[in-house]
Amino acid sequence: MPTSNFPALAAMVFAGIFVLLAIAAFSGYLLQKRPQYAHNLMLKEFNTRVYSWFAMTVILLVAFWLGRSGMILLFLIASYAAMREFMSQVYRYRGDHNAVATCFYILLPLQYYFIWTDWHSMFTVLIPVYAFLLLPIIVQLSSGSKTEFFERTAKIQWGVMITVYCLSHVPALMSLPIKHFAGKNILLLLFMLVVVHTGDVAYYLWRRTGGTQGGRRTTTGAIVSIVIATFVATCLFWITPFNPFQAALTGLLLSVMGFFGGTVMQQIKHSFGIHHWGRPAPRGHSSVLDRADSICFAAPVFYHIVRYYWT
Amino acid sequence: MKSSNFLAMLIARSLYALVAFITGIRPKFEGNISFGTERKVYFANHASHGDFVMVWVSLPKKWRDKARPVAGADYWLKSPLRRFIINQVFNGLLIMRNGNDPKAITQQMTDALAQNVSLIIFPEGTRNTDDNILLLPFKSGIYHLARENPDVGFVPIWIDNINRVLPKGKVIPVPMICEVNFGEELYLQENEDKDAFLQRAREAMLALAPAHKRAQYAEKG
Repeated sequence: MPTSNFPALAAMVFAGIFVLLAIAAFSGYLLQKRPQYAHNLMLKEFNTRVYSWFAMTVILLVAFWLGRSGMILLFLIASYAAMREFMSQVYRYRGDHNAVATCFYILLPLQYYFIWTDWHSMFTVLIPVYAFLLLPIIVQLSSGSKTEFFERTAKIQWGVMITVYCLSHVPALMSLPIKHFAGKNILLLLFMLVVVHTGDVAYYLWRRTGGTQGGRRTTTGAIVSIVIATFVATCLFWITPFNPFQAALTGLLLSVMGFFGGTVMQQIKHSFGIHHWGRPAPRGHSSVLDRADSICFAAPVFYHIVRYYWT
Repeated sequence: MKSSNFLAMLIARSLYALVAFITGIRPKFEGNISFGTERKVYFANHASHGDFVMVWVSLPKKWRDKARPVAGADYWLKSPLRRFIINQVFNGLLIMRNGNDPKAITQQMTDALAQNVSLIIFPEGTRNTDDNILLLPFKSGIYHLARENPDVGFVPIWIDNINRVLPKGKVIPVPMICEVNFGEELYLQENEDKDAFLQRAREAMLALAPAHKRAQYAEKG
């Protein structure tokens, strides 16, 4: 029944997001009509971003409507796409082939299978323990070049940790038996996504519209975005099992983790010599990992905190 | 026959979905394509068995419907399934690779072009399975084809990363983001000799490879 999957509170949050997106799209449209902004690259980028936020929200809404299985399926696909982007940068030697194949065809489905069956002790150790030890063995046994063995193995381990293990904690939230919150876990997930993404958006807007020149990340921008995200988290306490104070603390933690997720992944992109994961698409960069990097860092921490204190 | 048409469509769709799923390749937008649909020769680098499917998927539908991959009869006539795929799904142009008559092959392709279709060819002649070489030297066939058809546009194509999806000696393809880059079409110029044309065609193709890859292989010499 949709009503049990999809509480009225979630509908209200979604309605709020769509109103904000409509405002953003409309103001972008109005600005673009002005002659002095007609060829403004920043505005063009903003408009494509709004478009991708809108698309993301619609996809999320559909998955939410389908409930727990929908969320698991959505994040399975997201993990697949993100890992494909990551491994495309990592794969350099033929000796990587079997290890990368293991990540795609064994670890990815297995991790989400354990999430689906809610086998907590397996999905929390599969990749950090078993895959961590298994992958170097596979690389070593594979035919092909043995150069940079350690670097290559570490990169593959990193990729599968971030894109599969960390991201899979988002749908894992659906299975937490929170006291007095049965059937409403989807709100928790929504809370996390909204807070982390608010931080992303606030930081993006700050960086692009002034404050700083160039694309440099500044401390002020970081603090502003974290404060805004924490404020939004506090305002959203009524959809969570938290009281306002707890919501603020959790929101602070989420936005700090999300912020550093973004910066760490930025550094990794720099070390590969790229600016975006994936490749340019007609409507901006259509890569999953660029949008999900902050979530990857926030989700596991959020999962464990909620599990420890609220179940 | 209706059922065989349906089966051909089903195989085409499945291959299309599989290639898109594994490599992230999508058809180009029609607006971004500067050349016409007919009487073109697409020539691409050859690193895997799936190369012509990559080109085929990248072409927008109108272009794809006109494109016929040129394929070796010795390989594709071996089993009924292969024969069905190359004839019914891809409408391939089968040539006798081992025959000692290159003129007949050129003639066969010229005849096909005369029917207002396009061809997909791999001028390296064979798959490049050497990780240390970016692009093998071209066989002269592409020049002979150009000489017979000076009014046909030759479109250079670079297929990137496919060798990592399924390297030599591996059975399971891994998902990797690949790219198929199209260049501007070129024509045989008046008084252009064989070596000059092959050189020009080769350089047009290499220009479409990612810069870092060209630099990396230049180092290797």
